[in-house]
Amino acid sequence: MNLAYYPGCSLKGTGKAYEKSTLAVFSALGLELQEIPDWNCCGATAYMAVDALASKALSFRNLVLAQKMEAKWVVAPCSACYLNLFKARKEYLDNKPTREKLCRTLKKTGWEYECSGLPEVLHPLHVLTELVGLEKIREKIRRPLKGLRVVPYYGCQLVRPYDGYDDPVHPVKMDLLLEVTGAEVISDYPLKTRCCGASVAGVLEEPGLNLNGALIKEAKRRGGELIATVCPLCQFNLETYQRKTENAGRMPILYFTQVLGLALGLEGKALGMEHLLYRPRLEV
Amino acid sequence: MEIKRTIAYEGELDKSLLTRLSALPEGNLIRRCIQCGTCSGVCPLSIYMDSSPRKLIALIREGFGKEVLSSFTIWLCSSCYSCTVSCPQEIPITEIMYALKRMALEEKTYPRRFPVPVLAREFYRMVFKEGRNTEALLVLRLLAKTNILKTFSYLPMGLNLMLTRRLSLKKEKISRPSQLRKFLEAIKEVGK
Repeated sequence: MNLAYYPGCSLKGTGKAYEKSTLAVFSALGLELQEIPDWNCCGATAYMAVDALASKALSFRNLVLAQKMEAKWVVAPCSACYLNLFKARKEYLDNKPTREKLCRTLKKTGWEYECSGLPEVLHPLHVLTELVGLEKIREKIRRPLKGLRVVPYYGCQLVRPYDGYDDPVHPVKMDLLLEVTGAEVISDYPLKTRCCGASVAGVLEEPGLNLNGALIKEAKRRGGELIATVCPLCQFNLETYQRKTENAGRMPILYFTQVLGLALGLEGKALGMEHLLYRPRLEV
Repeated sequence: MEIKRTIAYEGELDKSLLTRLSALPEGNLIRRCIQCGTCSGVCPLSIYMDSSPRKLIALIREGFGKEVLSSFTIWLCSSCYSCTVSCPQEIPITEIMYALKRMALEEKTYPRRFPVPVLAREFYRMVFKEGRNTEALLVLRLLAKTNILKTFSYLPMGLNLMLTRRLSLKKEKISRPSQLRKFLEAIKEVGK
């Protein structure tokens, strides 16, 4: 498979456990992820709030770099990066004036690029469930996570506004993947796609405590012992806001790739478990 | 107590924001709104907003542009797209919030010292300059520009991040940021 890897800023910083576990899991499944050389920031939700076309241009540059690697797919684990790359590609394909503006300007500023196609954008969850397939993953499970009660939490931007692979409000792909690990998946968790507050929660404490507090409380009420996430910002908010809630009873917040990695028999260190504030009871 | 008129006269209304939004493909769709309030109901942050998303659309259509562009509402939108996927009229509300944020930043009508617009602006500057964002430096800049005293309240979080070896103050950047800047500047010109 020709997979280009777009880490984004978080996976090199606060989300480094996500990078470690994604690379470890992909390699255990025989998939190679090649990091896009000299990738730039996707602009997150901030760039869009300042300059709309430039925010597309940021992702366009990354997609062009991946195209030069002859990648068929770009894999972006962070939900915001995923959405930005996806949106830029969609706009490039659907909107001729935008496409021409981007291409012309890129060439004019000294880039060599034939305005041909761009690689498709996928999230690691899509690669695992759509390209690899659950059956193949099932064969590789070395250490079933029997009795581990996992709450799948998808957050927003992976499933919205584009829902090509799943339902925008009640998605199931991660549930199905986690079931393969042998864990008990709390699929009826009703807040699966309720927002953690993203960067708003990052700078405003009251909404951060309120939104994340509700997510944790409901996960506990449903009997969950850990939450599996697909996004570094969700992981960060859910983890750090527990520090301030009263009556907390800390709940580990893992990346879904860490949960899968444990079931594949990978070591805690390879999965970046040491970067977690609250560790799960099951670890190699 | 000073008595003040709280309701505007029709003659005082200004529909220029509606006109400007209508020129955008996403903005024009607010004409379709049936004021059902689904957006406000599904919005996880509407409980903190000065005007709910539904009300914000009504204000735009009736000519309260100034109130809209100086509201907290647009900055409390976390871009979760719940409203966008739930709207029965298929109005891309999140994209409209983005358009309003851009206008408020450009015209400097956003609430002063409110951290969310400052974060957007500082994030933009950092990525424009370096090509990448360094999380810890961004937080420090934000605190310097909003409330420097709050820096202390971030210390326990910083300590947690240090203990889990996730805090880095090393400046991240791409190999030739000047080439990216040139591209982005040229894009800014054609985007006008």
